Amino acid sequence: MSDITSRGYANADKLVSTDWVAAHLNDDNVRIIESNEDPLLYASGHIPGAVEVDWVKDLNDPLRRDYLDKAGFESLASRIGISPDTTVIFYGDKSNWWATYALWVFELFGHTNAKIMDGGRLKWAEEGRGLTREKPVITPTSYDAPERDDGQIRAFRDGVMQHIEAGGQLVDVRSPGEFSGETLHMPGYPQEGAVRGGHIPGASSVPWSRAANEDGTFKNAAELRAIYLDEIGLNPEEPTVAYCRIGERSSHTWFVLTNLLGFGDVRNYDGSWTEWGNSVGLPIEK
Amino acid sequence: MAALPAKLQDYLDDFSFIASREERADFLIDIADSFQPVPPDVATKPYDEAYRVIGCESEAFVWAVARPDGRLNYFFDVLNPQGLSAMALCVILDEACSGAPLEQVATITGDVVFAFFGRDISMGKGRGLTELINAVVYHARQQLSVAVQE
Repeated sequence: MSDITSRGYANADKLVSTDWVAAHLNDDNVRIIESNEDPLLYASGHIPGAVEVDWVKDLNDPLRRDYLDKAGFESLASRIGISPDTTVIFYGDKSNWWATYALWVFELFGHTNAKIMDGGRLKWAEEGRGLTREKPVITPTSYDAPERDDGQIRAFRDGVMQHIEAGGQLVDVRSPGEFSGETLHMPGYPQEGAVRGGHIPGASSVPWSRAANEDGTFKNAAELRAIYLDEIGLNPEEPTVAYCRIGERSSHTWFVLTNLLGFGDVRNYDGSWTEWGNSVGLPIEK
Repeated sequence: MAALPAKLQDYLDDFSFIASREERADFLIDIADSFQPVPPDVATKPYDEAYRVIGCESEAFVWAVARPDGRLNYFFDVLNPQGLSAMALCVILDEACSGAPLEQVATITGDVVFAFFGRDISMGKGRGLTELINAVVYHARQQLSVAVQE
């Protein structure tokens, strides 16, 4: 943990180290949660005692394009055996990209006692720490969740439109090719494609992965400030919106700006390019 | 149009009976467990970038070596130790395409990714796996064009 606290983060308490997790594997007030892009990874081996939260199966409404509702979150929380007081630790593949997405959804339901294991699954494995295929036996809990609060950390299309009309700060965290409009979508994957390429007017391009080191850990605060403040000129005091294609990569940037750099008002626009690039009449820049 | 390679069709038939996400994952993990990287007599690290699968975040490489009968033996490596899905697909493609009629290999399309991995994989994951298939198909078509020229 000392390494994390020395990096100058605004809220270092939102990160825990692999050492910390190893020391809390049997802590009844801590639930370790793996959340990956690759659906095979958890089943192939996970941190002992960890449960899985899947971004498709567990976090999304199966019918509407939206996240799970209050009842769905209560059911998920019960299945993974947490109460509102439980400290949940997320980790996963892709430099914790999907772990931060899951954490962001949990915070929509007010479960802010949620942290990220720095370095994610890769760091744990490369340190030679144990992985198991044995799924933990979880005693279901009763979780009384509030209604999902979309008003604080989530952005919607109309709000983004007002935001850009007011000259607000926008961060496009997709790849440079997507930002420029060169890349639209893959044939065969229209569900995440768009009929127009480019970016939301006024957005600055900072691919999400620039916030991560090669080993999946987060860069320190000085390095992050150099990117987001010095390079593209974001003001931590001003409202900021982050977006990508469906809101998963931008949740990583949301986590960085909110918790590591201490921005006061950051929203993740999960409609992102699959909504903006398909909507009739919305302004686009290339 | 040529049929799919028989072993690939067998795999597709097996996967068509899968009823749950957990069953699919277990099946694919079992397959991935038998993954063997390219032998050193075919390629050694650092690999020639010409054999890298563009767009595959699991850092997959594909080699094709012509057999005396003109067909191809395929070899693979996946450098990302967490690239389990890519490893599973490499095993399937090796078993299905090595030694198979080139005309059959050349007909494989990226749609089979959905059959093996389901329709709820991410766009990035789907792209990488599709490009892996495309690399195998590319080698088959190249070999076919060589045969025509000869």
